[in-house]
Amino acid sequence: MVTLLTVLLFFMVVGAIIAVETKDLLSSIICVGAVGFGVSIAFLFLRAPDIAITQVVVEVLVLVILIRATISRDVTAISGDREFFSMTVSIALLLVIFIFGLEVFKSFPQFREPVFTTMSDASTNTYIQRGLIQTGAANLVTSIILDYRAYDTLGEATVLFTAILGALAILRAKARKRTTDSSEGNSDQ
Amino acid sequence: MIYALCLVLFMVGLYGVVTKKNTVKIVIGIIIMEYAVNLFLVLLGYRKDGVAPIIDEGTSVLKFSQLAVDPLPQALVLTAIVIGLGVIALMVAICIRLYERYGTFDITEMRRLKG
Repeated sequence: MVTLLTVLLFFMVVGAIIAVETKDLLSSIICVGAVGFGVSIAFLFLRAPDIAITQVVVEVLVLVILIRATISRDVTAISGDREFFSMTVSIALLLVIFIFGLEVFKSFPQFREPVFTTMSDASTNTYIQRGLIQTGAANLVTSIILDYRAYDTLGEATVLFTAILGALAILRAKARKRTTDSSEGNSDQ
Repeated sequence: MIYALCLVLFMVGLYGVVTKKNTVKIVIGIIIMEYAVNLFLVLLGYRKDGVAPIIDEGTSVLKFSQLAVDPLPQALVLTAIVIGLGVIALMVAICIRLYERYGTFDITEMRRLKG
C-alpha cells in the first residue's frame, strides 16, 4: 500500500518535471493530464471515491480548457530561462522553503495515524458517530458538505460563479469594440 | 517519506511558477501545486486499513467509527478541487486575452502595462 503510493508519487513527480521543463506546450499539457489522473488514482487508494470521481471530471475539463488556449496559436518555444542571477536566487529560495517544509513535517502525526484517532473531541468523531443519525446520509462526505458545512458549499458556489463570470467578462468580444470607441472619442477631443 | 514526496511535487510546481517565462507554463505550475496540496490534505486523513466513509447497511456505527478514514478533509478537498477549476478557467482566459493583445505568451515581452 505505502510502496504503491510511493511509486505513484514518483510517477507524478516525473510527470510534473517533464511538464514544467519540456519546450512543446501541447506535450506539457498532456503531462499535466498524466499528473492529474495519477492524483485521481491516489485518491482511490486513499479510500476517497467521491474525490476521485470529481478529480477525473475536473481533469478532463482542465485539459480541454488548456488545449483550447494553446492550440492554433503561435506556440513557438520561448528559448532560454531568466537571467542567471535571478535563477540562482530563486533556486536557493526554493531549497530553503523545502528544508523548512521537511522540518514542519516532523511535528505532524505519522502517516496512517490521523489526528482524530488520538483527540477525542475532534469534530470528525462527531461526524462519524452521529452523522447517520443526525443527517440521514450514509455517505459522510455528502453529509458534511451539504449539512454540517453547508455554508462552506454556498461560499464555494459563489466563488465558482464569480470566477466563471470573470472569465466570461475577460473573454467577451464586445470589450475590444468599446475600447476602440473610447479611443476614437479621445482622438475627437 | 510520502509527505516529503508530496512536498517535492509542490516544489516542482513552485519552480515552474518562479522560473518560467511562458504564461501557460506558469498556469501549469499553479495547477501542479494545487494537486500537491489536495493530495497532501487527503493523505493526512488516511488511516491504516481504513475504509471509505460510507456506512454499509450491515455494519454498526461503533465498528464503523473504528475503521473509517477522516471524511472532513475529503469534503473540504472536494470543494477545493471545484474552486480550482474556476480559478484555472479565469487564469487561462487572462492568458488568451494577453496573447491577443501582445501576440506572445512571453511575460518579458509584456512591458506596456497601460491597461
